[in-house]
Amino acid sequence: MIEAQLPALQIVLPLIGATLCAIIDRPRIAYVIALITSVLMPVIAASLLVQVLSEGSISYAMGGWAPPIGIEYRIDVANAFVLLLLSVIAALIMPYAARSVAAEIPDNKQAWFYSMYLLCLAGLLGITITGDAFNAFVFLEISSLSTYVMIAMGKDRRALLAAFQYLVMGTIGATFYVVGVGLLYTMTGTLNFADIAMRINELDIASSRPVLAALAFITVGLGLKVALFPLHAWLPNAYAGAPSVTTAFLAATATKVAVYLLLRFFYTIFGFEVVFELHPVGEVLLVLSIAGMFAASLVAIFQEDIKRMLAWSSVAQIGYITLGVSLANATGLTGGLVHLFNHAMIKGGLFFAVGGIALMAGGVKISDLAGIGRRMPLTMAAFVIAGLSLVGVPGTVGFVSKWYLVLGAFEAGLWWVAFLILITSLMAVVYLGRFVEIAYFREPAGGAATATEPPLSMLVPTWILVIACVAFGINAELTAGTAGLAAEVLIEGLR
Amino acid sequence: MNADSLIALALVIPFAGALLIPLARAVPNLRETVTLTTAGALFATVVMLLQAVWNGARPSLDLVQVTPGLEIAFRIEPLGMLFATIASTLWIINSIYSIGYMRGNNEPRQTSFYVCFAIALFATIGIAFSANLFTLFLFYELLSVSTYPLVAHKGNEAAKRGARVYLLMLIGASLVFFLPAIVWTYVLTGTLDFVPGGILQGHIGPVATGLLLALFAFGIGKAAVMPLHYWLPIAMVAPTPVSALLHAVAVVKAGVFTVSKVIFYIFGLDFLTETGASEWLIILSSFGLLMASLVAIQKDNLKARLAYSTVSQLAYVVLAAALASSTAMLGAGLHIAMHAAGKITLFFCAGAIYTATKKTEVSQLDGLGWRMPVTMFAFFLGALSVIGVPPLGGIWSKWHIMQGAYEAEYIFVVAALMISTLLNIGYLLPPVIRAFLLPPKDGYEGGIKEAPLPSVLALSITALFCVLLFFNAGAVATLLNGMFVY
Repeated sequence: MIEAQLPALQIVLPLIGATLCAIIDRPRIAYVIALITSVLMPVIAASLLVQVLSEGSISYAMGGWAPPIGIEYRIDVANAFVLLLLSVIAALIMPYAARSVAAEIPDNKQAWFYSMYLLCLAGLLGITITGDAFNAFVFLEISSLSTYVMIAMGKDRRALLAAFQYLVMGTIGATFYVVGVGLLYTMTGTLNFADIAMRINELDIASSRPVLAALAFITVGLGLKVALFPLHAWLPNAYAGAPSVTTAFLAATATKVAVYLLLRFFYTIFGFEVVFELHPVGEVLLVLSIAGMFAASLVAIFQEDIKRMLAWSSVAQIGYITLGVSLANATGLTGGLVHLFNHAMIKGGLFFAVGGIALMAGGVKISDLAGIGRRMPLTMAAFVIAGLSLVGVPGTVGFVSKWYLVLGAFEAGLWWVAFLILITSLMAVVYLGRFVEIAYFREPAGGAATATEPPLSMLVPTWILVIACVAFGINAELTAGTAGLAAEVLIEGLR
Repeated sequence: MNADSLIALALVIPFAGALLIPLARAVPNLRETVTLTTAGALFATVVMLLQAVWNGARPSLDLVQVTPGLEIAFRIEPLGMLFATIASTLWIINSIYSIGYMRGNNEPRQTSFYVCFAIALFATIGIAFSANLFTLFLFYELLSVSTYPLVAHKGNEAAKRGARVYLLMLIGASLVFFLPAIVWTYVLTGTLDFVPGGILQGHIGPVATGLLLALFAFGIGKAAVMPLHYWLPIAMVAPTPVSALLHAVAVVKAGVFTVSKVIFYIFGLDFLTETGASEWLIILSSFGLLMASLVAIQKDNLKARLAYSTVSQLAYVVLAAALASSTAMLGAGLHIAMHAAGKITLFFCAGAIYTATKKTEVSQLDGLGWRMPVTMFAFFLGALSVIGVPPLGGIWSKWHIMQGAYEAEYIFVVAALMISTLLNIGYLLPPVIRAFLLPPKDGYEGGIKEAPLPSVLALSITALFCVLLFFNAGAVATLLNGMFVY
């Protein structure tokens, strides 16, 4: 009967793991616990996805309390796929983490780091799996609080400031979210996603003021977590200051989960009509996305620190995802969703490579990394391929995203948006090209001169992600196909 | 082995070469053997395919569907077959030449040089055999990316700057114009397949057709349609074998090949003639070919002069394709072949002169003919071919393009072509005249001193090609005429 309990295990295992790590407080043992838990995650997520694809949505009543009284875990194609994404990243990051964490975090804090990591993972998975608005808030806070700690563990003292900044912004975001959920509860008397949607429909209160206020609060609150321009200010500092493993993990997962939750509210709860037809959420999102894509790409061009450059690039890439959502047609939404997966692979791969460079060359300032391409050929080759994918060169996942986004823009009659999307891709060529040129066409100097390839435990996960970038760019049946299904599920709603 | 699986082989060979070359990096002779073997094997495969296509077959290979609408698939038609034949033939000769040049000039990073070259050839074969716009775009971008390190090869500021311009202009044009053109085509027609006669007819109005053609023409930056030709002279900073690759073997040829293919298989000649949507391109490229020739005359640097000559000659092909008649299209195909043989000879000569004497300017060439007679005679033949003088191949393509212009009643095009021929003489013959008729300025009396043997051998072979193509142009035309049978 273990199969029926998989939805619970997906969350409970990392929660237990986190507690054990904190109690035992030994770096080695904590690492092993984190490793085993992380590696189990994709197994559970994959079997859930298989189950959903063959038998349709799963509804799991937590503690046996039937919804809407108890908390419901509800899994359809959309979140099953996000669960798989999170799990796979988790399973790749733990083998990778051993050396990097050992080098960047003091011994006496490592067990805590792994504990926080598992808590964060549990929180992110929880947000994704739950079918309950308040439960989602709880998980949001779990993941956020643990993230603040993980960021603050950065070597640099600026990491503390970055963590504090994120704490303030993140708390505002979470508060806005919970205010929105409160309003919804007042109007509908329920917290269950499906139930809220049903009541809004039955009572015909979709256009009532409190529900609209809830839409506004939740959009802005989650917009902060998504790092939607201009609510992105916390992200670059947090990514740049955090330990390499934290950055790679967050970049690949955290903002994606927030996007997922936002989509859940837009499509499942408020409904396509209310959000995109009666109210100009789509237009607002479109303008902000494009502004973010341009502004952040432009800032990325002038960064001296690769982690910060990639962080700004993340802000821009989040713009692509929300842009796909704002196009409000199936193709655009598919583009946004597929980019959610693809960007996780791309940025994961890039930050993994950068983590290797940080470990072996002792820094990530572009000017200190002259000639690194000749000292770390495999790492840099991974960086270049993932970078090409970020640009959207055909044959990589980035192109698949861009294809759907541009096609969606054309379908929406917004051909000029298509051009803007592609111009920002060109800006990615500029900021990545700057580093690649210095890495390959200058004589090795400084820390780069003595650097060697990182250990296999880091190189292999990096290359797995990079190969995925190419493999899913050549055959996107799994990613684009599932994104297409998820888009359908979302647009149809739960009704 | 059937022709369909030969396509796979033609793609695998250069790719495998790129993987094997670094393994042999410790032993330069072995490394170069790998390159030459790969080039030879590719050539043999392409020749087998050529036989099949010659006999009327249209081999095809469906590799994988990325997502509905985007398929990686190959189908060989005559124009692509010609392009692949040119590229694979010249790769062998270019490799021989490279060995002489790279060693003669003690160039650094030779292993990555040969690896990038092999990847570029892989991309070229993919472009030539592509069955749809997506596959073509995939390999087109790979070609841009794989040639970037080659342009930046020297690693000095000028090379890095040149490479930056090269990459940004090519990728920029293809992302901002070419890709939207592809998406637009897909939105209109629901397919990206190359179909003889085109796919757009009945899906788009005349004005929009002109606009779509503009997106394609400017998006395919490798065709160097003015004003997007800027990267080509800048990329001259690359070592000469790379210039040969850019100008004759792969890059610009991929550009004009793509333009021709899009005009023939996406727009369709009849559709373009009916709508007159390509008229602006005829005017623009006529103007472009004259302008580029005028600039070329003023260049003292030999490679820069040849670069502008290429810009001009590419405009011939674009012009011929835009004329949208079968005669002119035949001329376009022929010109791809003729210009490849002529221009690679000229570049090989320029490189040989540099290797032997470090001279780069036209004004330094006085009296060089007696010091490097083989090189300068080959230069003479290449120049005559580009000008279009019998008995060299270049005459046939110009002939067909002019005939196409007459038939379409574009008299100003005929006039432009005639003036351009005069200008060609004006910028290509002075180096030869200086070399043979003027006394050396530096008082050199040392007798014959040519570049290393591999280089001289390579440029002699390509000069010979220019002659052979005059007598065998019929065969090329017969191959190309297969395009019009559908």
